[in-house]
Amino acid sequence: MYSDQALPISHWRRSWLYVTGGLVLVYLIGPSLIIVPMSFSGSTLLQFPPQSWSLRWYEAYFGSVEWRDATIVSVKVAVMTTLVATPIGTAAAYAINSGVLRFSGFIQTLLTATLIIPVILVGIGTFFLYAKLGLNNTLTGLVIAHTVQALPLVVLTVLSGFRTYDMNQERVARSLGANRFAAFWQVTVPQIRFSIVSGALFAFITSFDEVVVALFISGGETTTLTRRMFTALRDQVDPTIAAISTCLIVLSVLLLTLAQLLGRRRS
Amino acid sequence: MTAQVADMGVLADRGALNSARLTQDARRESLTFLALCSPGLILVGLIIVLPIGWLFWLSFFDESGALSGANYARFFEQRSYVRTFITTFQVAFLVTGLTVLIGYPLSYMLSQISRRAAAICMIFVILPFWTSVLVRTYAWLVILQRKGLVNTWLMDLGVIDQPLPLAHNFTGVIIGMTHILLPFMVLPLYGSMKSIDTDYLRAGMNLGASPTATFWQIFFPLSLPGLAAGIIMVFVLCLGFFVTPALMGGGNVIMWAMRMEQTTSLYANWGAGSALGVVLLAVTLGLLALFHRLMGARATSVWGG
Repeated sequence: MYSDQALPISHWRRSWLYVTGGLVLVYLIGPSLIIVPMSFSGSTLLQFPPQSWSLRWYEAYFGSVEWRDATIVSVKVAVMTTLVATPIGTAAAYAINSGVLRFSGFIQTLLTATLIIPVILVGIGTFFLYAKLGLNNTLTGLVIAHTVQALPLVVLTVLSGFRTYDMNQERVARSLGANRFAAFWQVTVPQIRFSIVSGALFAFITSFDEVVVALFISGGETTTLTRRMFTALRDQVDPTIAAISTCLIVLSVLLLTLAQLLGRRRS
Repeated sequence: MTAQVADMGVLADRGALNSARLTQDARRESLTFLALCSPGLILVGLIIVLPIGWLFWLSFFDESGALSGANYARFFEQRSYVRTFITTFQVAFLVTGLTVLIGYPLSYMLSQISRRAAAICMIFVILPFWTSVLVRTYAWLVILQRKGLVNTWLMDLGVIDQPLPLAHNFTGVIIGMTHILLPFMVLPLYGSMKSIDTDYLRAGMNLGASPTATFWQIFFPLSLPGLAAGIIMVFVLCLGFFVTPALMGGGNVIMWAMRMEQTTSLYANWGAGSALGVVLLAVTLGLLALFHRLMGARATSVWGG
């Protein structure tokens, strides 16, 4: 009648709970799902369900130089952020996990501080610093800022991977003559690689979806996709954005599925 | 005899030598690990600590460059600032309340159904969590605006003659932010509900408590740590939220983060913007510290007693 976790109450008596929960789930997922069919609408009016179907908003997206350039900037920044944040975060997680490090709790707090600090403050601060360094509106500036935003996720994901790994295996490899890096690379990495890849995926999506910091420090030729979307949405609700949003939703679904699959392999 | 003493001397020397080498090794080991952390620490120092420290310093100077508390005094003197704070806290309390109201039943349901069903339902929570805030805000604009879906449907059905003002105002901000912050409530709540030992509940029912009494007297108190974590998380995120109020508010709902953006980008008043940032950070860290103290005490009282 009822599952292991549940109280001995019949499902029927708590149907109200399932209805409420179901409605909340619809509220959570509905808005994103509604955008997908609307992006294939043939009219400029945003209707659901659409009266006619077409690919015109996708043509508008891929045909526009501005949108395409912004997408390329976002992809470049996200790829570079992933490539920088993943090794830095993994190295830090390895050191924190070793237990040798003094103040490792404090170091972990510092490295994951951006999860707590209001993003708007980081945006303004970064803009202020970059104005002095001449890094505003540059790819380098964006990659550095996004790396700091992505770092906590990499550190925490890799640390959780270390939790199920026995570090003694690396010690054995070293006692048999491997140097530390070889032992790490050949013994440890293969066993925590799914955590590292999950961390990398999180880093990618953090950078790709980041709006607030980019609003301050990107512009001109380095305008990111999200920044351009934000500016466009301030003016009017353009159906082209429905097409772009659908692409972003598909990207999220793909990356999340990948992370889930890796998570299953991990555990 | 003398040979033995000499031997012992050599051994003692060796021991001292060994311990010196071991200390040296330990120190080198510690330095190696610090070096592994250093790229991350340098980046965080450069992008987070340095600029925020700088802004903190700037907040104590007025526009002429003289040391003053003018940037902080403004918060109480100018009506527009006072209004911003009131709006921000109104939104934060309302959104937090709403996420509790709809997040608690959802988490409760997730904790009661089979593991498999819960995993499937979790996709509905996690997917929006990893979808861009912009995409979700855009979706709400499409649904709630003047000629949006809700208004079109209601007018087609003849329920209303005039479109309801749902977007570009306070209502829109609340609906959008509740949606975006709901996962931050559900995830800790679900985690803490899942860790509740169901034997307590069975024991309560075996001893004759009604399901309602079991829920309120056993389940609910045990879910409080998760609830508190969710409340703090959502409230703190509300205070500094930017994207959704900026787009859904249509310039009519000015929240804390938007005021910061305006004072720095529009008016280039770094002192005033910094002061806003300093107070926002202080309130955020203060709430989190309070939470840790409360939860520390709570954890001991729950598990120890």
